[in-house]
Amino acid sequence: MPKDIGTLAEDSLLHDDHEHDDHHDHDHHHDHHHDNHYSDMQARVKALETVLTEKGLIDPAAIDVIVDTYQTKVGPRNGARVVAKAWSDPDFAEWLKRDATAAIASLGYTGRQGEHMRAVFNTDETHNLVVCTLCSCYPWSVLGLPPTWYKAPAYRSRAVIDPRGVLSEFGVSLPEEQKIRVWDSTAELRYLVIPQRPEGTEGFSEEQLADLVSRDAMIGAGLAAAPGAAA
Amino acid sequence: MNGPHDLGGQMGFGAIALEKDEPYFHAEWEKRALGLTLSCGAFGAWNIDESRHARESIPPASYLSASYYEIWTRALEVLLERHGFTSAEEIASGHRQFDGAAPKRVLKADMVSGVLAKGGPCDRPLDQPARFAVGDRVKTRNFNPTTHTRLPRYARAKVGVIEAVQGSFVFPDDNAHGKGENPQWVYTVVFDGGEIWGEGADPSLTVSIDAWESYLEPV
Repeated sequence: MPKDIGTLAEDSLLHDDHEHDDHHDHDHHHDHHHDNHYSDMQARVKALETVLTEKGLIDPAAIDVIVDTYQTKVGPRNGARVVAKAWSDPDFAEWLKRDATAAIASLGYTGRQGEHMRAVFNTDETHNLVVCTLCSCYPWSVLGLPPTWYKAPAYRSRAVIDPRGVLSEFGVSLPEEQKIRVWDSTAELRYLVIPQRPEGTEGFSEEQLADLVSRDAMIGAGLAAAPGAAA
Repeated sequence: MNGPHDLGGQMGFGAIALEKDEPYFHAEWEKRALGLTLSCGAFGAWNIDESRHARESIPPASYLSASYYEIWTRALEVLLERHGFTSAEEIASGHRQFDGAAPKRVLKADMVSGVLAKGGPCDRPLDQPARFAVGDRVKTRNFNPTTHTRLPRYARAKVGVIEAVQGSFVFPDDNAHGKGENPQWVYTVVFDGGEIWGEGADPSLTVSIDAWESYLEPV
């Protein structure tokens, strides 16, 4: 069976230590599920980039900068700092409620897919959950690139009709009396969920608080972590 | 259009595929697909609404079996050909074959941080006042356009309440098809779960959409 690039890559990972492993042949009999889809896409995207580069329409180095931006600079730590400040500073929290775009920009988080921000606050009465049923709208400026599940049909189809079922798969079980509000991002507004501040965090610095705020909590698919537990 | 993208309330897709410590990219080509999509968007030849419409126009069986970066790539190929930048033959051959259209700009590496920081705001000033106010009851239109719209099927012909007047924004149903930006007021409209899903709906659920004014009628 010919091996595609994905299989070769996986093999090299699996057999990193193969000189010391008498049983490594085992894994060679696995039926790898690296579908042709992925190797086809590798070739297809490569062809597209080559054609566009030959035509002078793109700068491959610009792609490197874009990728680096979203791998190392713009990510959920931005949003976690917004949440931590909202928990620590009531004036900032008020500003965030009134004009989230400006309040978030004051921390330096602006730009693509964060042009029109809204912050929605979880309370004892209401838990908020954000989805984009029609595509993959997501607040990039504060959360970075969306995770695969956020863009996939299971989440997009179920979040609006069965949010409690969805949340249970994230390990979240809300009290029965707590209402659920699902925000379908059908226009250009981008929603950031401000989770409830965990108990036992009095006196925490903003940096300590930010450590408790996961990406999922800011989508509404999770809760802020209790102190001592990893976010 | 009632395309494969309009997923709210559909069933059969199974559990959420969660991954612990999910990487940003699952393959090298996904990185390039992201960068190509953003770089080509910088040509200024099409807008985000036309892009979205190209994605939702992918045949349903392909759309639903593709990863999101594959959806982006397939749509990008369509947009590049539609606007005269490349041909399917070129992409199949993997090499330049003709001089295509000229972009308004080419995104160079030193421009990236400025372009990403600026983003693409799509609020637009509007002279006429908003037709609806917070607290108004409204009914969403019942329509099935074959063209682009951002009113999901599950929220058509439903009665809800205006919760916020969000400002005036480019109207995607026109903008996707080269008919101009024609801005309209946008409202957050909230519906009871029972209004949307009927019998058996979660009684603790409310769902909101952001709706352009022409999607709404007074009740």
